[in-house]
Amino acid sequence: MAVKKFVVGYFEDEPELFEAVKKVRKAGYKIHDVYTPMPIHGLDKAMGLRDTSLHTAGFIYGITGTTTALSGIGYIFCNDWPLNFGGKSHFSLPAWIPITFELTVLFSAVGMVWTFCWLCQMAPGVKKHHFNLRSTDDQFTMVIELTPKSNEADVQAFMNTIGAKGINTQKAETGWWWGRYDKDKGPYDKSEGMELA
Amino acid sequence: MASIRYESQVRPPLVEGQKGYHEVTEDIIRPIEASPSRGWWTGFIVALCLLTFGIISVYHEVVYGVGQWNLNRTVGWGWDITNFVWWVGIGHAGTLISAILLLFRQGWRTGVNRAAEAMTIFAVMCAGQFPIWHMGRVWMAFFVMPYPNTRGPVWVNFNSPLLWDVFAISTYFTVSLLFWYTGLLPDLAAVRDRAKLKWRKFFYGLTSFGWTGSAKHWQRHEALALVLAGLSTPLVLSVHTIVSFDFATSVIPGWHTTIFPPYFVAGAIFSGFAMVQTLLLVTRKVLKLEEYITLEHIEVMNKVIVLTGSIVGIAYLTELFISWYSQNPFEGWAFAQNRVNIFSPYGWSYYLMMGCNVLSPQIFWFRKMRRNLTVTMFMSIIVNIGMWFERFVIIVTSIYRDYIPSSWTTYYRPTIWEVGFYLGTFGLFFTCYFLFSKFFPVIAIAEIKHILKKSGEVYKEKMDGIENESLEAFAAEHTHGHETAHAH
Repeated sequence: MAVKKFVVGYFEDEPELFEAVKKVRKAGYKIHDVYTPMPIHGLDKAMGLRDTSLHTAGFIYGITGTTTALSGIGYIFCNDWPLNFGGKSHFSLPAWIPITFELTVLFSAVGMVWTFCWLCQMAPGVKKHHFNLRSTDDQFTMVIELTPKSNEADVQAFMNTIGAKGINTQKAETGWWWGRYDKDKGPYDKSEGMELA
Repeated sequence: MASIRYESQVRPPLVEGQKGYHEVTEDIIRPIEASPSRGWWTGFIVALCLLTFGIISVYHEVVYGVGQWNLNRTVGWGWDITNFVWWVGIGHAGTLISAILLLFRQGWRTGVNRAAEAMTIFAVMCAGQFPIWHMGRVWMAFFVMPYPNTRGPVWVNFNSPLLWDVFAISTYFTVSLLFWYTGLLPDLAAVRDRAKLKWRKFFYGLTSFGWTGSAKHWQRHEALALVLAGLSTPLVLSVHTIVSFDFATSVIPGWHTTIFPPYFVAGAIFSGFAMVQTLLLVTRKVLKLEEYITLEHIEVMNKVIVLTGSIVGIAYLTELFISWYSQNPFEGWAFAQNRVNIFSPYGWSYYLMMGCNVLSPQIFWFRKMRRNLTVTMFMSIIVNIGMWFERFVIIVTSIYRDYIPSSWTTYYRPTIWEVGFYLGTFGLFFTCYFLFSKFFPVIAIAEIKHILKKSGEVYKEKMDGIENESLEAFAAEHTHGHETAHAH
């Protein structure tokens, strides 16, 4: 949990945003994040974000499900309580396939959603600082982090040159905290100067 | 690359009217922020009454036993399992729209997927009621859970299709719910961020999990949606396949056929799309969303209905042919005497099924009919009546006459509590749907915004210029003089 200072500006459409992202990276400023109302294909690449490994996690959860089903049913039908179905083999793999498949899907889906929430730090009751409330509506908000090396006025002026609108500076908590959206309480004393957007 | 959003003019727009991103948010969230209309209240109260009737019916069944239903020997499955299969089938269209059409990159799914997925979840909830209450001693329902227990241990039979069904339906419900809810997160955040009322900020703050719209989160969200779609696609096919195994793995004439899995899946999509039509025709009218759920969407879904209806028709005919071709006397009897013979006790239901499912959807070969809302509404109900009778025909006409005539049953007709239970699930379904349409965005806002500048009416018109531009001029303008380096 850290309180940092950010310069915030928004764009009205994707093309401007892409151009701006390119310029910000070229100028060497650190993009804290870009908040958009919808997914924008290619934005992650443009921002230099690495690919997500969520797929790999899904695969691992999936094979966990497969193994659980096969070993579980196998143990029950071959060791714990072998039943004689007309002298057929206790190990009857074809009949186990439906359940094995369902458990593979179930484990994979539940695991991936859980991992997704974990990685994005999302859960009911989680509150985060919102730089611009209209970034879930129609504005594409870019947030540049102020480092000891960057000057607030410079960054603001730079944001202006790349075509950002509504430029302002905000001090904000970067992480999440347990909180409610109907209460303005921050994760720490407000007198420290956090401005909620 | 991002500056060119082009879609062929041949494709009709998916969003009509003068819309920007903000208008989309406004239009879709408006019904949530406005107080519900009189129509909503009427519908909701009717649904609650039906639900109450259903609860009373189930109460009778639980207290006095399954004897409250007219099930007998040999009709041990009647309305309850018919309703079960019918509701599960209805659910399938939602997953088809949300998952399979996502994999096929069908833009039109964005207007209808949210409501269709909600329909899936509510339909599966309704379906689940039937096998559960049919157990009779429902307090023993936990016996289907395989866990080391002190009863022996008593394990379930993993080789039984009925147990496969338990796993299939519960997995299907869980995965559909997760898929639907993760898709809802950004839209719930959109409602939260414009909320003025305290309770709304609290409620949507809680339900949106703190979604911010961060680029990284969107990247993961997209990956998640794609993989969940990839998982749901075989899942949805497996679910109705397994439901059909409940019948197909038995040795009952009329059930013991290998065509059941594909035929059940096609039938499920068929009836599901009909239910989507019923719901959306009302939803778009009442919530004034005609510009998002356009005539185009309705027409495309009618095409799916005529396609799947015809697949089901071919399956019916194949069944008839095979029952003769197999030269199995019992199989032949089940079809020729119990079904096709119109003078047999349930012959009427076979022809009702044929008329509703095979003949009537053929009307959708005509474009004019596909685009006619009254015809669509009427047909959507006819199809669902037909699909209900399909399950009734499969179940009852196969078992009311056994191998020995001495055990042939008296004519099976349901009691008021069987009918009440069925009506009760309608109550459950519509109660959930009315609440959903009041408190959740019925259209995926973020997804509409994603296709807006490509498939929106206004933006498509602006593309006209590109069509008339010469190739050289187009290349020169859009490569900004980068020559051929980025000419993809």
